[in-house]
Amino acid sequence: MIELYALLVFMIIGALVAVELKDLLSSVVSVCAVGLGISMAFLVLKAPEVAITQLVVEILCLIILIRATIRKDLPFSTSGRWFLNTAITVVFVGVFLGAVSLALRELPKFGSPIMRVASIYLRDGFAQTGATNLVAAVVLNYRAYDRLGEATVLLTAFVAVLTLLRRSGRVAPDGAGREEE
Amino acid sequence: MNREADPSFSVIVRITARYVVRIMLVFGLYIILHGQITHGDGFAGGVMIALAFIMLMLVFGKDVTLRILTRPAATRLASVGALLLLTIALLGFTGGYFFFNFLGKGRAFQFWSAGIIPVCNVAIGLLVSVSLFGIYTALSQFHSDPERKS
Repeated sequence: MIELYALLVFMIIGALVAVELKDLLSSVVSVCAVGLGISMAFLVLKAPEVAITQLVVEILCLIILIRATIRKDLPFSTSGRWFLNTAITVVFVGVFLGAVSLALRELPKFGSPIMRVASIYLRDGFAQTGATNLVAAVVLNYRAYDRLGEATVLLTAFVAVLTLLRRSGRVAPDGAGREEE
Repeated sequence: MNREADPSFSVIVRITARYVVRIMLVFGLYIILHGQITHGDGFAGGVMIALAFIMLMLVFGKDVTLRILTRPAATRLASVGALLLLTIALLGFTGGYFFFNFLGKGRAFQFWSAGIIPVCNVAIGLLVSVSLFGIYTALSQFHSDPERKS
């Protein structure tokens, strides 16, 4: 359990560094270090399936963030209404922590009752689905709605990005009319 | 392919990328197709295939990559993946309910096992790889538009 706490401390330090740095590229790298820490934490908690997905998606996010956000002329404002922003943030964090502390009191303790649901999957999973990878059995048979929703989210994101960033039909900045394709 | 390459990358990067991309594609296909037997599923394998295409685009430029997978083809493939997943889910009504495993279970550790799970993995892998690559190309092409500076 000690390595899990070490990873958590590492991730918190990485997140703080990412917030405090002035350089955008260094911030992105720090955020991705936090993501790799999450991936290693999944490995420590013995969930290799989630660790694989987290690692791969993290690398994709790193590439997209560096390629799409690191620009010389990117506006990066640190001044402005800092008092209002800080006050709103403090209020929201306070409300969130209060609600979470009320909600978490009702939950059972971490890891108890141990394997209550998972034991049913482990016992009947192979006989009912025929998949030897029980994570796939859960994700694509018992909880297939989850995967359908995830696919819907991805397709919606794809269509939204194509709609927002398309070339044809975009209105010119002066509002004169539609640009030629 | 070599002639039209981006001159900002050296020969070493280009030749390495040419072989590594193939390995990444094969590994992504392996992860997708063996999702019911070993670790990894359609989502992780699809992201790997998208990463292979993104690497191709980073090294060889967008012209070479968009000749392999054009924008309309990407849109159609993503739609095919989503519709395939929905069709499998709806075909479950032949056995009683949504996402019913209506295909045969097969034997353990065989490739053709677990009924609809491999088909779902293929559909999700297609959708994920094509849409993530499409999102990346849209974002990077948007910034390289020359008229946006005006």
